[in-house]
Amino acid sequence: MLKYLVRRISATLVVLTLISMSVFLIFDVLPMDPARLTCGKACSPAVVEANRHRLGLDVPVQVQYGRWVKGLFVGRTYGEGQAQFTCPAPAFGYSFNRHECVTDLLKSAFPVTLSLAIGAFLLWLFVGVSLGIVAARFKNRWPDRASNVFVLVGTSLPTFISGILILLFVALKFGFVNPIDLGKWVSPFENPIGWLNTFIFPWITLALAYAATYTRFTRSNVIETSSEDYIRTARAKGLSEKVILRKHTLRAALAPIVTLAGLDFAGLLGGAIITEGIFNLPGLGRLSIRAVVNDYDLPIIVATTMLAATFLVVMNLLVDILYAYIDPRVRVA
Amino acid sequence: MSAFLEVKNLTVSFPTEDGLVQASNDISFSVDRGETLAVVGESGSGKSVTSLAIMGLHNRKSTNINGSAILNLESGPIDVISAPEDQVRRLRGKAMSMIFQDPMSALHPYYSIGDQLSEAWRLYNKGDKKAGHKRATEMLELVGIPDASKRVKEFPHQFSGGMRQRVMIAMALINNPSLLIADEPTTALDVTVQSQILQLLKDMQKEFNMAVILITHDLGVVAEVADRVNVMYAGKIVEQGVADGIYYKPDHPYTIGLLNSIPRVDQLEGKRLIAIPGQPPSLINLPQGCSFRKRCTFADQVADNLCATLAPSLDMKENAHFSRCHLTEKQLVAARGGK
Repeated sequence: MLKYLVRRISATLVVLTLISMSVFLIFDVLPMDPARLTCGKACSPAVVEANRHRLGLDVPVQVQYGRWVKGLFVGRTYGEGQAQFTCPAPAFGYSFNRHECVTDLLKSAFPVTLSLAIGAFLLWLFVGVSLGIVAARFKNRWPDRASNVFVLVGTSLPTFISGILILLFVALKFGFVNPIDLGKWVSPFENPIGWLNTFIFPWITLALAYAATYTRFTRSNVIETSSEDYIRTARAKGLSEKVILRKHTLRAALAPIVTLAGLDFAGLLGGAIITEGIFNLPGLGRLSIRAVVNDYDLPIIVATTMLAATFLVVMNLLVDILYAYIDPRVRVA
Repeated sequence: MSAFLEVKNLTVSFPTEDGLVQASNDISFSVDRGETLAVVGESGSGKSVTSLAIMGLHNRKSTNINGSAILNLESGPIDVISAPEDQVRRLRGKAMSMIFQDPMSALHPYYSIGDQLSEAWRLYNKGDKKAGHKRATEMLELVGIPDASKRVKEFPHQFSGGMRQRVMIAMALINNPSLLIADEPTTALDVTVQSQILQLLKDMQKEFNMAVILITHDLGVVAEVADRVNVMYAGKIVEQGVADGIYYKPDHPYTIGLLNSIPRVDQLEGKRLIAIPGQPPSLINLPQGCSFRKRCTFADQVADNLCATLAPSLDMKENAHFSRCHLTEKQLVAARGGK
């Protein structure tokens, strides 16, 4: 097991290194010039060059990358003389558009995204899986058909439609949310009610889309597992239908959902761009989309990409370990 | 004294969109403790359907089951066909057990062998998980799994096919059932392993004094273990009798055909095996008359075209030997090749 872990973790580190390199390279070959973008309309070539130096873009890309990696471990110092300042380790760089260390930007955006992801995740997991089980048990009867309607609505409504509908016709119309406070970050530890109020509608929006898929997936898995030979064996043993479902069918039917859920959750942790946009949530999704579309802000783009990638590969690792725990057949010797 | 299991006029049919599938029709037989009844027939002849009905493993909502199957328990007789579902469930694994054809898929892949065996034991016995595992280990030893105390902690995928079937047998017998139904227990196994499993079943039968119903399409298996035989065709019993009688003096053209199609060591080399021509009929809208007549090479010997108009009944030909055929004894002797 230890050997396996060491191997997997080193592979994970290699993947992350390759991802960060690719992001740097892509940025390097793109035709846009951040140095030109940072100064206004009437900009002399000298100022552009000075800006380029200030942004650290006047050195070859491999040197930029080296500085970035070093900053991760020891922090990074910018500017000269009086204007000198330091972003402490782990420094993902400095955003000259936002005038902030990227690490600080991440620190304030991450709790928002985490809150959004956790709540939505729990909601869709609960709704999707239980609806799927009910649909499978009542296959082709009315509960199954009703869940089918839910699935159809959930899968065919994109979040940018369902989100807006929920915001306009539920959240704002009935005064659940004050438009001025929309998306205001409240810590769940200081003001749990306010936190719930901020996130409940984004959760529903996200969960609606995911729960539909999970309902379908659970339903077909439960139905498929029910016809397995070992379920017939369980019945021949004299177990009651309740025990068969709980101990035998669900154990096998829900195992693949662990993989799906882990990766979906990790994906969300990288930021839910559309939902965060609609509900004005200052999370990672909004941070990255602004950096990409408006500011062309390399340090932020690299950092959010790296963060999203890290969540995915780490969650992948966790899911694999968890899966080995669930399914003895994939356990490593 | 009546036998342990008495099945009377058991009929199982499935309504489908194409019509009613008559999977097994008017089945009557009995098995007593210490006795092995073999049920022989090709795929779709209704062997498994009948035994699943006795175990109560059909979905009652989508299956029509008529007739009766009475278990003469010490506490009194119970008809498992008409008894409430919950009562039948409590007989499963305790009064009657079943093992299945494919041991590769019949065990839950996520639970250890010990957990699965102890689950079956704890259902009917008071005891914690530890006691269950102890009992599981004893059973594994009994069915001849070496190193049982270590292997009880292992998972199904760590066992070979033959070993898994031994595990299945151990699980079926863990609560000392009075009736064991073995549904083609050796079909999925190697030939060498087959005879080991059959021997094990025989030993276990002696050990527990069980009634055994052995479902198979392999007449070689039947010869090895059966006391009595039911030959089934198209959902009906076409011949019923003691094993020796079936082998040496078959009274139905189908049985004669089956026996002729077995390769024999003493047969002349270069001679072709005799196959039964044609296919079994569809179980939806069975033809009038004898359901075997289209494949029967002797049907034209019967007077008045009787085979096409009248379905033969299961008549006693000799002492405790029944057959569903219009042929006279003289014609049957000729059909057997003079025997």
